[in-house]
Amino acid sequence: MTDRKHHELPKNWELEKLEDGRMVLNMGPSHPAMHGIVRVLLTVQGERITDSDVEIGYLHRGFEKTCENVTYNQCVPYTDRLNYVSPFINNVGFALAVEKLMGIETPARCQYIRVIMSELSRLTDHLTCIGANAMELSAFTVYFYLINAREALYRLTDSVAGGRITPAYTRVGGVTRDLPHDFKASTAEVFRTVRKNLADAESMLTRNRIFYDRLHNTGVIGKEEAIALSFTGPVLRSTGVPLDVRKATPYLVYDRFDFDIPVGSNGDNYDRYLVRIEEMKQSMRIVEQALAQLPGGPVNHPDYGVTLPPKEEVYGNIEALMAHFKLTFEGVKPPKGEVYQAVEGGNGEVGFYIVSDGTGSPWRLRVRPPCFPLTAGLSRMIKGAYIADIISTFGQVNMIGGELER
Amino acid sequence: MTSYLIENVRSKFPDAVLEAHSFRGDETVVVKKEALADVAAFLRDSLGFDMLMDLTAADYLPREPRFELVCHFYSTRHNYRLRLKCPVGGEQPSAASLTPLWPGANWFEREVWDMYGIRFEGHPDLRRVLMYDGFEGHPLRKDYPLKKRQPRIAHRD
Repeated sequence: MTDRKHHELPKNWELEKLEDGRMVLNMGPSHPAMHGIVRVLLTVQGERITDSDVEIGYLHRGFEKTCENVTYNQCVPYTDRLNYVSPFINNVGFALAVEKLMGIETPARCQYIRVIMSELSRLTDHLTCIGANAMELSAFTVYFYLINAREALYRLTDSVAGGRITPAYTRVGGVTRDLPHDFKASTAEVFRTVRKNLADAESMLTRNRIFYDRLHNTGVIGKEEAIALSFTGPVLRSTGVPLDVRKATPYLVYDRFDFDIPVGSNGDNYDRYLVRIEEMKQSMRIVEQALAQLPGGPVNHPDYGVTLPPKEEVYGNIEALMAHFKLTFEGVKPPKGEVYQAVEGGNGEVGFYIVSDGTGSPWRLRVRPPCFPLTAGLSRMIKGAYIADIISTFGQVNMIGGELER
Repeated sequence: MTSYLIENVRSKFPDAVLEAHSFRGDETVVVKKEALADVAAFLRDSLGFDMLMDLTAADYLPREPRFELVCHFYSTRHNYRLRLKCPVGGEQPSAASLTPLWPGANWFEREVWDMYGIRFEGHPDLRRVLMYDGFEGHPLRKDYPLKKRQPRIAHRD
């Protein structure tokens, strides 16, 4: 860590020179590769980084404080804004945590739908990460290929949930609506687009000399160190640790599908890229299996104390009317207790820790954001590297501001 | 309901364990604050918990001690989880830092300091992480008003 006095911005935009010839250089927050909200104070010796201090906090919105003051279902739209490129995974994670607290399980169809939407979200997450990373390394064409694929997926999820980026799709005990009737056909069509765009992007990146040189052997981290730094997700798997929550502690119906967890061997940015590419293919595999197995039946928990009763019941039945009123005003009331529920997000383990005091709003709601430890470990990954390597490493960390700072 | 992990911790630290329970499959051990670092080191070295998945706190205001430090451990070798909690209270709440054991605890502890004002002894660089220097109070405390306004801070260039 640098000295306290070096946290201030250099005066008059001149570079501050230290006695031993090192320089303090300010990168971000208004730097195109810092994704808007992270500032890195670098101490450089020539082109080499000798020390760095990562400063965050430009997008803190008080998510956890807000959630302590609203009902459980009102938290769902806020969870969209955690990792805003894979909103469904957050929705699902939150709903699962509350359901675990209440000790209930949703119907099979709902679980399949949640798996499908989570995997579509993982696709959009990885597409954005690789697309933006490639663009920052000046492979601009690839960005358009991948964003085209992402847009097709967004239109697909929009047709399901009614929102591209902020779907607020899950509710405690279910989802807001069932899949549209033509979902299978449109998914197959969208996947054709995604596969084509992905193949194009891969053919331009994977064996590209410039891209390879920028990613290979940069941002290297070892297995033990990555574990000690609480890394999860593609960055951890690039070091060769096959940790994926979907396999380690399967939730929903993930244990019914056949899919692989790709791992790297070097722990560098290139391996992270390869891991993400392979994960997208595996995600599509999961979605196709889930669609083939998709059972019929209801999508919501039958208990009126958990999900809103159907409107016909509300108008014709006093029990349902009361349940509707209570659920709307007071919300679901899980029993006293605390749970931790982890799901595999785009960047790693997204954990929800909820403490309930028996009322309609959580006493404490904590989100374990996967890119928080990753961003904390950025200093370690860029130490001794060139300034230009920050771009590739930071891009592969896939820092998402909404989730990092909540 | 007892399990292998809880029994292990309990037999190793019979005086330090205040409570242990398992709720919805999550195993929890509550220990005295003084024993936190020792128990954590035992978890890491003897039970194989090589990853500190999460470290956070909760405020139970009228209760004394009012804070609770909550650590979630995960073992990549054995694929099991354990929650370790310890009550923290007093005018100037503080606890032992886990950063020497898990470097990943660094920012988690900075966030707990930022949000709850719990100090960590032995932390290499304890300063705010989400809020700015000059922010007054600790926003996730239950007695921090929802709509509190902060004083304006001088322009910095």
